[in-house]
Amino acid sequence: MKKIAIFVAIVALLALPYFGNNYIVRLATVMMMYSVLALSWNFIGGMAGYPSFATAAFFGIGAYVGAILQANGIFFGAAWFAAGLIALIFAAIMGRAILHLRGHYFAIASLVMVEVLREVVNTNDQITGGGMGMNIPILKISVEASGMLFYYSMFVVALLTLATASWVYHSKLGFGFRCIQQNEAAANMLGVDSTKYKTIAFSLSAVFVGMAGAIYASWVNYIEPPDVFDIFLTIKPVVMVLLGGMGTVFGPIIGAVAFLALEEIVWRNFLTIHSAVLGLLIVLLVLFLPKGALFFDYRQFFRGRKK
Amino acid sequence: MLYLQILLNGLLLGGLYALIAVGFSLVWGVLNVINILHGTFIVLGSYIAYFAHLYFGIHPFASVIISGSVLFCLGYVIQAGIINRVVAAPVLMTLTLTFGLDLLLNNAMLIAFTADYRKLILTDSLGSYDLWGLILPLNRVAGVGLAALLTFGLYRLLRDSNIGRAIVAVRMDREAATLMGVRVNRINAVTFALGALMAGAAGSIFSIIYPISPINSGLFLGKAFVICILGGLGSVPGAMIGGIALGVIESYGALFFGPEHSTTLAFVILIALLIFRPTGIMGRKGYE
Repeated sequence: MKKIAIFVAIVALLALPYFGNNYIVRLATVMMMYSVLALSWNFIGGMAGYPSFATAAFFGIGAYVGAILQANGIFFGAAWFAAGLIALIFAAIMGRAILHLRGHYFAIASLVMVEVLREVVNTNDQITGGGMGMNIPILKISVEASGMLFYYSMFVVALLTLATASWVYHSKLGFGFRCIQQNEAAANMLGVDSTKYKTIAFSLSAVFVGMAGAIYASWVNYIEPPDVFDIFLTIKPVVMVLLGGMGTVFGPIIGAVAFLALEEIVWRNFLTIHSAVLGLLIVLLVLFLPKGALFFDYRQFFRGRKK
Repeated sequence: MLYLQILLNGLLLGGLYALIAVGFSLVWGVLNVINILHGTFIVLGSYIAYFAHLYFGIHPFASVIISGSVLFCLGYVIQAGIINRVVAAPVLMTLTLTFGLDLLLNNAMLIAFTADYRKLILTDSLGSYDLWGLILPLNRVAGVGLAALLTFGLYRLLRDSNIGRAIVAVRMDREAATLMGVRVNRINAVTFALGALMAGAAGSIFSIIYPISPINSGLFLGKAFVICILGGLGSVPGAMIGGIALGVIESYGALFFGPEHSTTLAFVILIALLIFRPTGIMGRKGYE
């Protein structure tokens, strides 16, 4: 039953550009991007239980690496792949350095990574254009074709992330992550090499985000530091995973879709107060659905109300 | 002489930074909550000072009382009504919650006050004083003096008053404090309110030095992070030392590397400290 549902969903998504208009395709591309971000954050935040706020750092690195490579004449596919690789390497190195921190200290260290990178990109204007931003060469194909190209590329990255998440979840690696999440000291005693596992989780949370960042850069043709090192890119995946359910395989995707739907409605109707509505959503979510919407126990809820 | 002047500027800046961090550090240390709202609280304090000055001609140093009490009440309500419900939840939850609250409050301020920078201009500015070639900007010196007074007041409150001792007890051991009859939920709310009070007071003092805009809240919050890590968590002296250290480092950093790199420098120091000495200069073990 589950397999059939997944199959139907994939076929429907593959066929989508042939039926939907440009708006639908754009929205679907964003949906894929959000799914990548949420699924990726789930490796470190959901499965391993480390409150990482570094997603925007990986996204920005990916976007800038992709943009710089493409500006130097590298083929876009290769540039996207390289962007993922660089994000992975960066996460592995930084992970070694800051993953021994716990709780708030780790959260702040990962958050500060975003700030540092934004400042570094801002000040090294010979390579990155600094605050002026960077233009990415436009592909010489029609608007519809490039829309489809970016949609399918995001789709492939999202599928890759999902496949990795599903594999990790059912493997020894995922078991190790969950051990660390529950009790790191005990996991260490039982022979889980927690430093290695945490570094892997952190790197996994970077690689696909880096690729998505590079694709995003090519898609919008212009990037600037506050746009790709945006703190919202860090907080949104957390909200999505909270919506869908932490540490599950499909939860992040459900969360991403639900979040995008909410965001689109809010953007359309309440442009000036959209961040307040997002804030309200977060507050309600944390207070009333801390385990995710998927885990909302409606029976318990109604029983509680009747009393 | 230049170096001395820069040291002086750094110390003055640091005195103000200490005031930013002291409330933030208190909340973090006692409640184990990273209060993302702190920057917005400071900006709100600045707006209160701005409007008090504009409409009633109250000097910002006097409106510290108004902004402090308004923020105290706001903080108490937020903690008692909202954050207390999840205060024992994992870090991710409380941090995300305060982030959401920050979005709400900051957006409300953007709509109410717009993003335009405002400047509070004093009619009776104190000017500056030449001390053997060192230039002392007197408004700033007075501001730092007031900041030091407030910080000292908080320090005495924590040491000498009943409620202060209860706050320290909760910081040391929540369960034991509960067993000793401390009403932890109420202490949580008072602590958060005190943190907000310090932020509001800081905002009032800053209103004569910095332009005021809701956009600045992230800037203040970033400073609070760095200072807390520099000085170590949960103690008033730690926040003071961290603040002064950051002020001096930024001033010399601006001299040697150029002012555009001083933020980067501060953050790089923060990451290096986190890696090598997560308890901070004054920090004690057990808070990492």
